[in-house]
Amino acid sequence: MSETPSTYNYKVVRQFAVMAVVWGIVGMLVGVIIAAQLVWPELNMGFLHFGRLRPLHTNAVIFAFGGSALFSTSYYVVQRTCHTRIFSDGLAAFTFWGWQAVIVLAAITLPLGMTQGKEYAELEWPIDILIAVVWVAYAVVFFGTIAKRKVTHIYVANWFYGGFILAVALLHIVNSAAIPVSLTKSYSAYAGVQDAMVQWWYGHNAVGFFLTAGFLGMMYYFVPKQAGRPVYSYRLSVVHFWALIFTYMWAGPHHLHYTALPDWTQSVGMVFSLILLAPSWGGMINGVMTLSGAWHKLRDDPILKFLITSLSFYGMSTFEGPMMAIKTVNALSHYTDWTIGHVHSGALGWVAMISIGSIYYLIPRLYGKAEMFSVKLITVHFWVATIGVVLYIASMWIAGVMQGLMWRATNADGTLTYSFVESVKASYPFWAIRFVGGVLFLSGMLIMAYNMVKTIVGGRTVDDALVLLPAAHHA
Amino acid sequence: MNDFVNQFWNWYVILLVLVSIIACGVLLWSQSTSPVAGQADTTGHVWDETLEEYNNPLPKWWMWLFHFTVIFSLVYAVLYPTLGSFQGVLGWSSGGQYAKEVAKADAETKPLYDKYLAMDLPTLAADKEGVETGKRLYLTYCMQCHGADAHGSKGFPNLADDDWQWGGQPAEIVETISNGRMAVMPAHAQLGAETIKDLANYVRSLSGLPADSLRAAKGKEAFETVGCSGCHGPDAHGMTAMGAPNLTDKTWLYGGSEATIIETITKGRNNQMPAWQEFLGEAKVHALAAYVLSLGKAGGNK
Repeated sequence: MSETPSTYNYKVVRQFAVMAVVWGIVGMLVGVIIAAQLVWPELNMGFLHFGRLRPLHTNAVIFAFGGSALFSTSYYVVQRTCHTRIFSDGLAAFTFWGWQAVIVLAAITLPLGMTQGKEYAELEWPIDILIAVVWVAYAVVFFGTIAKRKVTHIYVANWFYGGFILAVALLHIVNSAAIPVSLTKSYSAYAGVQDAMVQWWYGHNAVGFFLTAGFLGMMYYFVPKQAGRPVYSYRLSVVHFWALIFTYMWAGPHHLHYTALPDWTQSVGMVFSLILLAPSWGGMINGVMTLSGAWHKLRDDPILKFLITSLSFYGMSTFEGPMMAIKTVNALSHYTDWTIGHVHSGALGWVAMISIGSIYYLIPRLYGKAEMFSVKLITVHFWVATIGVVLYIASMWIAGVMQGLMWRATNADGTLTYSFVESVKASYPFWAIRFVGGVLFLSGMLIMAYNMVKTIVGGRTVDDALVLLPAAHHA
Repeated sequence: MNDFVNQFWNWYVILLVLVSIIACGVLLWSQSTSPVAGQADTTGHVWDETLEEYNNPLPKWWMWLFHFTVIFSLVYAVLYPTLGSFQGVLGWSSGGQYAKEVAKADAETKPLYDKYLAMDLPTLAADKEGVETGKRLYLTYCMQCHGADAHGSKGFPNLADDDWQWGGQPAEIVETISNGRMAVMPAHAQLGAETIKDLANYVRSLSGLPADSLRAAKGKEAFETVGCSGCHGPDAHGMTAMGAPNLTDKTWLYGGSEATIIETITKGRNNQMPAWQEFLGEAKVHALAAYVLSLGKAGGNK
């Protein structure tokens, strides 16, 4: 460590970190509300019914919560590992306020029913343009910082963040192409099965890049930092990075099995989904094995508990995903709650938990404290969240397989054994369990918010952290 | 079946898919065979004070898993449609799989439906097993409009009462299900609001509902002169041959309030029962008709 006049820009990191917790609570609250609406249909009131609130939930948790966590951690990581201040303070501030504006506009327009009708890309064209502008600014800030780095080698976390930023720009712009007819209404530039294919090329890569590559970037910084151990294998990083970003791009058609999409396209989606298993597990192995020699730390460090558990859920859902992409399995699982369970084992178990762990790491450092206000409360949060996820995914697995089997059951005379509404009725108990799981996960976020506020109140905003000089290479 | 406008795109897809699958294997192969430094060594780079990387070799089991998925994909592409318009050596298609499953199910249930088809409708309608099958078919294909209890709703006829818009004889019910029905009540806005209100009162009076007697009398006159009787008959008992409803009973397809009748006369009504013969086949239509008959009120016309 030596003197240098430059400091890190922690302000934008702090803003996004706090908003990640706020939007996490909002997004998950909406999730709990729509879970309740499925159990008690009378809760569907006015325009605040399931159909309007569901896209609000998905947009809020993916783009508001997940997005803020990614912005926050990527700005922190890229500065720390490039040993330089962020490329442009002004542009970074613009990405913060621009992204918040997108979120607020989503929260207004979606309940009003303004939508492009594309899953995870519902926002209408003026908001899409704002997203594109903010995203380009994000890319300039991120890659500008990489360009002015003081070290020769680019740290692995930045590969993943960089891949995520480039791919999301491409996905968003191509899939959102539309012909506007008014300020609040537009029609997709694509038609029929091509539109469906573009949508799921986007949709699956939203999972692959927004919800996976970005969070792997997070993993590659915060796991070795918190464990105090070197990353397990550089070689594995290289192989699984290139394989992952290359293969994800092909996997989209598995969302369209047994549809009007040509058989060969469906098969291509299926085989690349299977090939995706090993590259995904490469990330899990590299994260978990980083802990080898330091397993004891898992016992008393709740932040590490969050990080390592998130990797376990990541491994589980990236095994489940390729299996569900196999046509015969998909014939049973498609359109059932199994899909919902799968998504949430990734979204709650992997994405939310790695973000939560990383934010617990960041908050004390951004507010001049040695640790969070209460480490005990982090442990409580961990257990409440874990039980919540397990209840959620176990109930959805059972409900999903049950629905799939009920829908395909036939009598001796060839008629369907169950009408659709009978499968709905049979799903109620599992929807109630899912609701409880969701309430638990949300409660964990409230515990986190309390802990965060207490830490902030007792701390000070750190804006004088000096940029570290790169260590001399010792090899 | 060919999804490509010309062979260029076919070969483009074939080559791109093959090269991409193989590229995954090559990436892994090249990285697993080049030697790595001693296991305990890091790469020598340090970021942010403490971040370092070991250079452990790729886990063996993981490499084999990766290689296995690549080989599986290549084998799959040979067996199943994956490479452009090449159908795969097994000749599988999703359309073919569907046709096969339908044919198998039809073959399994054929003896049962042959037995039903050999029974005439009144006999089948009295057969417990046959009616159960009909009911299950009804709950799959019909209840979305006519309701789980077959009592219908606005615009969708009640099948459990004794009123039959298109006739309640077995042959008429089979015809309705097989080929569907299309009923059109023309719009009569040109008659003017006053005359329409008179007509509405007359129609209500026919069913014994409270009505303005003066208007009803004027409506009766209009009924005979403006053309209503052409379809509904001079006595307003309707005509099943063209689906014109009986206006003298208590059954209302769209509702019997004055406002609703005025709406019906002013704007007209279009209604369609879809045809099921082609989709379900004769035997299942037969079983469905038996279920409708078994609801108890059919058989006697009107």
